Amino acid sequence: MSKKVLMKGNEAFSEAAIRGGCRYYFGYPITPQNEVPEYMSRELPKRGGYFIQAESEISAVNMAYGAGAAGGRVFITSSSPGIALMQEGFSFLCSAEVPTVILNVARGGPGIGTIQPSQADYFQATRGGGNGDYMIPVFAPSSIQEGVDLVYEAMELSDKWQNPIYILTDGILGQMMEPVVLPDQVPFVDSKDIRKHKPWAITGYGDDDSKKNVVKSLRLAAEELEKHIQSLFAKYEKAEKELVRVETIDIEDADVVIVAFGTMARIAKEAIELLAEQNIKAGLLRPISLRPFPYEAFNKISNRTKVIISAELSMGQMMQDVKLGVNNRFPIKLLNRTGGMIPTPLEIAERTKKIFEEIGG
Amino acid sequence: MLQPVFEYTKGMNRVVTNFCPGCTHGLSHRLITETLDEMGMLGKTIGCGPIGCAVMAHKFMNVDMCECAHGRAPAVASGVKRVHPDNLVFTYQGDGDLASIGTAEIIHAAARGENITTFFVNNAIYGMTGGQMTPTTLVGQKATTAQAGRITDLAGFPMRVSELISTLDGAVYVERVALNSPGNVNKAKKAVQKAFDVQQKKLGFSFVEFVSTCPTNWGLSPIAAMDFLKEQMLPFYPLGVFKSPEGETK
Repeated sequence: MSKKVLMKGNEAFSEAAIRGGCRYYFGYPITPQNEVPEYMSRELPKRGGYFIQAESEISAVNMAYGAGAAGGRVFITSSSPGIALMQEGFSFLCSAEVPTVILNVARGGPGIGTIQPSQADYFQATRGGGNGDYMIPVFAPSSIQEGVDLVYEAMELSDKWQNPIYILTDGILGQMMEPVVLPDQVPFVDSKDIRKHKPWAITGYGDDDSKKNVVKSLRLAAEELEKHIQSLFAKYEKAEKELVRVETIDIEDADVVIVAFGTMARIAKEAIELLAEQNIKAGLLRPISLRPFPYEAFNKISNRTKVIISAELSMGQMMQDVKLGVNNRFPIKLLNRTGGMIPTPLEIAERTKKIFEEIGG
Repeated sequence: MLQPVFEYTKGMNRVVTNFCPGCTHGLSHRLITETLDEMGMLGKTIGCGPIGCAVMAHKFMNVDMCECAHGRAPAVASGVKRVHPDNLVFTYQGDGDLASIGTAEIIHAAARGENITTFFVNNAIYGMTGGQMTPTTLVGQKATTAQAGRITDLAGFPMRVSELISTLDGAVYVERVALNSPGNVNKAKKAVQKAFDVQQKKLGFSFVEFVSTCPTNWGLSPIAAMDFLKEQMLPFYPLGVFKSPEGETK
């Protein structure tokens, strides 16, 4: 562990990836994640890793697929429209069971939208835009330290589950600076030793062609594809049990429970203090894993709670999951800004108070 | 005692391919894997396959392989090569895969001077999907999406990919060969050997275009398809070395 250092989010996430053993990074410029490819182009070559500036996000994800299939630890990053381009590749990575860590430093959409921060990629991240039956675990940090810890751990998780792991942040976390403690360096795996760790990887089989490996997603026979998907989903079921993560504050005894992730959760935490000054007890339910979504955590909300607020930087994309978690126990209201607009803690407090009063609390 | 004069190469798995009678994919598969066998490199090679008729190349070629999304093999191979810089890494792609949807990937892999080899199977048609026009379909050539033959007013002009690649400084060896006669097949073998030799010496990007046939989708018998290749394709797609480490030759 390092001493505390002051770092910009994008650079801290990059360093966390390298320290997690990522030796291969492929990127394409897009705001607000440009510090990642810049950092990687500077740091990886001098530390024994490899950087390619891809000709597009489509190529970047396919380079990741190649390096991941060959057994390397891989990190790719982009921002919302670039992630949209990568999604064909995400589907392939999942079917072929190739590990890769994906970071989205999200911006406002749809279309070119804006470079300001947004959470409107919630569906894109958790439902996926690639084709077919697949699932990618999604984590959403709400501080740079948490992002560093999640990127670092995702390197291991991705290898363990032989599946991509997706970290959803936004332009605020990418662009701001905070003090962070960096984890210790996981040594890079030498190319010659990859098969010992990843017996499925395409490395060249050496002298024994019974060890020939193929990494693929084509299964023309429907019976074969169905069986493959069922085995993937048996894996996902196990992964979901292990990966669900949530932070809760005072939800057992709250007038109002705010559900918020990432940047919005951070602002909501301050709003909760402002509400307390006005004698409104607000709790926070912060999903850290967006997929699997922490539905069961909603069971801890006591019956005295009057209303659940889904606080989001989108038009209410997370509300679908909030509804499933709430399971008709409470009314749910959306408190949102979108298109790159960010509310202040005071705005959240005032709007929460208004909702609470309207509901008759 | 009888001596074998011709043997299977260890480079090809002993399975039945999915290729049509008269198709030259089998030949190009064999030339690549036989060369790797002779070089003693089968176990030290990683292949990146296409989408199209050769999507199942990994069943036939006895090397570690991966499938790639349509057109993306050169990007995939670039990633593979970073992890295994001392292995031979190749892509095997058709004209729909490489010259249409995958133009960005092939151009930039060549421009970066990726130390990989691309084998480009040019039969001027989409085979797997049933005979649609590709960027290399000849003017006047019939396709299911150009039923009166390719008309330049509607569909523009065919692309000469080897010539295009040879203009890029990162490409060090570019040759076009044809698979229509024993003589040309022998020349094709030499081109495959040269391309892998260039990669082994880490000189940069190497590219071999096989002018190939598709009797099924051309609507021709295997023999008539060979004639079409010779009489129609070769005048537009001239054979030869467009670039080599010893100096450009065409």
